[in-house]
Amino acid sequence: MNNKNIKKVGALTALANPTRFMDLSGKLLPWLALLAALLTGVGLYLGWQAPEDYQQGITVRIMYLHVPAAWFAMFSYTVMALSALGVLIWRHPLADVSIRAAAPIGAAFTLLCLATGSLWGRPMWGTYWVWDARLTSVFVLLIMYFGIMALQRAMEEPARSARPVAILVLVGYINIPIIKFSVDFWNTLHQPASVIRLDGPTIHPSMLWPLLVVAVGFTFMFLAMHMAAMRNEVRRRRAASLRKAGARGKSSAPATAVLEG
Amino acid sequence: MTALLIRDVKLGLRAGGGALIGILFYLAVAAVTPFAMGPDLNLLAKIGPAILWIGALLASLLGLERLFQIDREDGSLDLMVLNRHIMPLSFAVFIKCVAHWITTGLPLVIVTPLLGLLLNMDGKAIGATALTLLIGTPAVTFIGAVGAAIAVSLPRGGLLVSVVILPFVIPVLIFGVMATFGAVVDGAPFKAPMLLLAALTLFFAVLGPFAAGYALKNAGD
Repeated sequence: MNNKNIKKVGALTALANPTRFMDLSGKLLPWLALLAALLTGVGLYLGWQAPEDYQQGITVRIMYLHVPAAWFAMFSYTVMALSALGVLIWRHPLADVSIRAAAPIGAAFTLLCLATGSLWGRPMWGTYWVWDARLTSVFVLLIMYFGIMALQRAMEEPARSARPVAILVLVGYINIPIIKFSVDFWNTLHQPASVIRLDGPTIHPSMLWPLLVVAVGFTFMFLAMHMAAMRNEVRRRRAASLRKAGARGKSSAPATAVLEG
Repeated sequence: MTALLIRDVKLGLRAGGGALIGILFYLAVAAVTPFAMGPDLNLLAKIGPAILWIGALLASLLGLERLFQIDREDGSLDLMVLNRHIMPLSFAVFIKCVAHWITTGLPLVIVTPLLGLLLNMDGKAIGATALTLLIGTPAVTFIGAVGAAIAVSLPRGGLLVSVVILPFVIPVLIFGVMATFGAVVDGAPFKAPMLLLAALTLFFAVLGPFAAGYALKNAGD
């Protein structure tokens, strides 16, 4: 192992030290939350100002919620998969905290995506729900979030559930490319991608810009919520192990040993 | 390796091994559906392949928790984990999956023609259903091995296996039924879903034992 590698690992551990994480995230959190509220608000306002679709009329405005929600439903899972790698390779306790914090957020985004999608589908397709490839694969994603959350809550010791959950998250990652490309593989009802594609977006700039602003706002929203949930989880574990230490005897556990479970 | 296979098959076929329960459950699902749908023979013939697939899927899920549970109870699972330098754990899991499929999956395929007759399916549809089940059910076992391995350390993991595994077996169900209909209905695609079904089985034959072996290794310490 050369010097550079050692340095890199050192920087990673320094950043991922729970105490330092709490310090840093405490300072960042208000700014992230503010940016999220501001950008999402501005984006949605711009979306309301944007021209209506000549075919879909006013219902096209649902897009400004639906599309970012779908992106972040997948993004949350990607964050969880990366954290799962962190659990399995570096065995870092904060990575497990990150998975646990991201799962409900991802489930909420997925639910929002499905709800807005079916409200949009009712006037446009004439039905709230069809078993189209894209819709089905997103529905599967929702069940997967629920399965992961159920597994996390099935074990009392967070340290024991970390690795099984990480394995499950990684195995489930196959679904993400399936969702992304489902509209290309099976050309059924849901329209193909119009923003993230190789030959550039096919959506008009007047609609694209508000969409992107909302997406950036959602990014900050995700970061803020994820960070807040992680802080809660760290505190929850700290409280649990302090309680255990208190039950054992007078000497309280050192703060850094708490996360190791 | 062969010893492990033979041992597992023997254990599975013995009374209480769960093979018979799976078949009975499959039978129950297929027998209950006509009561719910009404005894319209044409309708039954049309949806028969789908009913059989659902029944086989549920029956396979039912037996999954037994995959590692018994070995854990009598301690042979720990031996397998300890001896992983002799036989890699994922390989042992693969063998166990094959044995599990022979005792629970294969019987389902064998009784499928009988149930197909009860559901008024014609010969071609019965053959197609049995063929797709033969190719598709191993995938369910391999995927289920991951869930069973994850749940093995849980005090009450039985139902959780099915819940956790369900999203992953949905593609198997989709392509299995699609291929069956492709063989029966004119104009519906047969080759593409059939190849995808086979691909799923092969893919999970690699990924499933690997992930399950990793989970088992960690469940031990």
